[in-house]
Amino acid sequence: MDYTVNILALGIPFSVALLLASLGEMFNQRAGVFNLGCEGIMAMGAFLGMLVPYVAGRGGPVPGAFNILGLLLAAGVGALLGLFFGVVVVTFRAPQGIAGIGLQMFGVGTAGTLFRHFVGGTQSVPGIDRLPIPVLSEIPFLGPVLFSHNPLVYLTFLLVPAAWYILFKTPWGLRVRASGTNPRAADSMGIRVNLVRFQALAVGGALAGLAGAYLSLCQVKMFSDEIIAGRGFIAVALVYFGHWRPLRIMGGALLFSLAQALQLTIQGQGIDFPYEFAVMLPYALVIVVLAFSRESLLLGPTALGKPFNREMRT
Amino acid sequence: MTKQFKVLYRFAVILAAAASAMLLGALILWTIGADVTKTYSVIILEPLKNRIQIGEVIIRAIPLTVIALGISVAYRSGIVNIGAEGQMAMGILAAAAAALAFPGLPRYVLLPLALTAGALGGAVWGFIPGILKARLHVSELLSTVMLNYIAAQFYTFCLRGPMLDPAEITMGSGTPQSMRLTRAVWLDRLVPGTRIHTGVYIAVFLAFAVWLLLWRTSWGYRMRAAGAGERAARYGGIDVAGCLVAAMMISGAFAGLAGAVEVAGVHRRAIEGITGGYGFSGIVVALFGGLHPAGIIPASFFFGLLIVGADMTQRMAGVPANMVLVLQGIIILVIVSTRMVLANPYLTERAWRRYRSLTGRNREE
Repeated sequence: MDYTVNILALGIPFSVALLLASLGEMFNQRAGVFNLGCEGIMAMGAFLGMLVPYVAGRGGPVPGAFNILGLLLAAGVGALLGLFFGVVVVTFRAPQGIAGIGLQMFGVGTAGTLFRHFVGGTQSVPGIDRLPIPVLSEIPFLGPVLFSHNPLVYLTFLLVPAAWYILFKTPWGLRVRASGTNPRAADSMGIRVNLVRFQALAVGGALAGLAGAYLSLCQVKMFSDEIIAGRGFIAVALVYFGHWRPLRIMGGALLFSLAQALQLTIQGQGIDFPYEFAVMLPYALVIVVLAFSRESLLLGPTALGKPFNREMRT
Repeated sequence: MTKQFKVLYRFAVILAAAASAMLLGALILWTIGADVTKTYSVIILEPLKNRIQIGEVIIRAIPLTVIALGISVAYRSGIVNIGAEGQMAMGILAAAAAALAFPGLPRYVLLPLALTAGALGGAVWGFIPGILKARLHVSELLSTVMLNYIAAQFYTFCLRGPMLDPAEITMGSGTPQSMRLTRAVWLDRLVPGTRIHTGVYIAVFLAFAVWLLLWRTSWGYRMRAAGAGERAARYGGIDVAGCLVAAMMISGAFAGLAGAVEVAGVHRRAIEGITGGYGFSGIVVALFGGLHPAGIIPASFFFGLLIVGADMTQRMAGVPANMVLVLQGIIILVIVSTRMVLANPYLTERAWRRYRSLTGRNREE
C-alpha cells in the first residue's frame, strides 16, 4: 500500500514534462508538421526557465513572480523556436525529420552555450514548491497521490481536457485537423494551411518550452546538459502511441512516468540490478511501444510530414 | 533562361544561405557578448597554424568521413540514420572486446578481426531499426535515437563492469575504461609529432567503395531507387524493405568501423566519451558533402576544423565549445532549406523574371 502511494505520488509529477511536450507535438502533427526538434526546444526552455529565478536571486515559496517570469520566457522562446522551425519546414518545405534533428542540435547547443556563459557550473535554483490543496490533500490515499503536487501538475492535467476541447470542438481545432488531414481540401475551403501550421508550431513550441522549464524549475531544480535526456523524443513517440488524442497521450505519459517511478523505487530497495540497465528501460520501452502500435499508421494525420504546396498538382 | 543566370542564381542562393547561417551563429555569439569576427576566425584559422593542430583536424576528419559515408548510403536509400552515435559505441565495444579476447594473435589476424568485430557491432545496432522499419513500420528517426541512449548506457555498463581494466580496481582509481589494447591492433602513426594514423587510408578506401557500391553496382542502383521513390521502386520489382535493412546495416557497420578505427588509432583503449557527438556531426558532414563521397571527404575536414576550432575558442575567445553544436544545428537547417529552394522551379522562374526586368532585356529565351 505504502509502495503504491509512493510510486503513484512520484510518478504523476514525472509525467508532466512528457505530457506538456506531447500535447504540443500533438498539435504540430495534427496540423501536419512532424517536429523532431522538440528536444531542442525543451533544452532551451529548461535553461531559460531556471535563468530568471537564478539571476533574480530567489524564486519564492509559492510560484513567485520570477518563477512565473521564467515559465513565460521559456514558453515565449519555445514559441519563437517553433516559428523558426516553421520557416524551415513550412516556408522552405525542407524534409521534416532531418530538419528536426537540426533544430534539436541547435536548441541543445544554444542552451549549453548560454548556460556556460550566464550561469557557469551546476547551480540549483529555488524552483517551484509543492502546493498541497488544503482539504483534499488530507484524504488518505488520494491526498498524497493526486493533491500534493506543485501547481504546474494540476494545471497540466487540466490542460488535457482543454486540449481535447480545442482540438475537437473549436473552429481553430478543426482548421488544424483539416490542415493535417487534407490540406488541399482545407485550402479550397479558404483555410490558410501554412498559417495554421505556423500557429500550431507556435503552440507546440510554447508547450515544449514549458515542459523544459518544468524540468529545471520543478523536477530537478537545476540545469545540466543532459537534463532533457531524450524526453523530447519520447514525447514524439507518445503522440504516435496516443493516436493523436489527448487522453490516450496522457495515458502513455503516465505509463512511462510510473515505470520510471517504479524503477526508482526498486533502486531504492537496494536490489542488485545494474543501474545502467534500469536507465535503459524507458528508451527500450519506447521501441517496444512503437513496434506494437502499428494501427497508428492508419490513424495518423494523412498529410503528416508532407509540406503543402499550393502550386503543385496532386 | 540563360545558363549564365542559372549559375548566378545558384551562387546567389548559396551565398545567401551561408550568410544567414553565419548571421544566426552571430546572434548567439552576440547574446553571450562575444567578439563575433574573432570567434569565427579562431574557429576556422587557429587550428591551421601548426602541425599538431592540423593533425588533430585530420584525426577528427577520419571518423567523420567514415560515419558520413554510412549515413549517406542510408539517406540515399530513403532511411535517415540518426543512430550513428550508438552504432559507433557498439563498434568500439566489439572491437575492443575482440582485441582484448585474443591478445596473443599476430597482427595480420588480430587487426582485421578487431575491425571486422567493430563493423559487425555497428551493423547489428543498425539492423534493429532497419528491420523495425521494414517489418513493423517503426519510424527510424525515433528508434535510432532511442538506441543511441541504450547504447550509451550499455557502453558505460561495460566499461564499469565486465570490461573494466583490472588495474583500475587494484589501483582503486575506478576510472571507467578498458585495458590497453595489445600493440598488435594499434594503427601506425603516419606523421611524426602528430597523432595522424593509418585510418586515413581506410577512410579513403571506404569512400571509393561507397562510390562503387552506389553508382557502379546494381545493388547500389536498387538502393538509390528505393530512396528516390519507394512506390516506383516497388513497382519496378525492387525489394524496398530489403534495401532499407541492408542500407541500415551498411550504415551501422560504417559507424561501428569508425569506432574501431578510432579506438585502435587514437585512444588504444575503450574510454568514456570517444563517440563525443561524432554520430550527429556525421549527419551534418553527409549533408554538407552533398551525400557523395567526393564531397564528404572535404566536408569532413571542414567539420574536423570546426570541432578543433571550437575547443580553441573556449580558451582564446571565451566562447563555450558547445558553440560547435549550435553551428552544426544551424548548418543542417540551412542546408535542408537551401536544397529545397534550389529545387523549386517556381522560385527560379520568379527570380528569372525579376532578373530580366532588372537587366532590361525582355525577349524570350
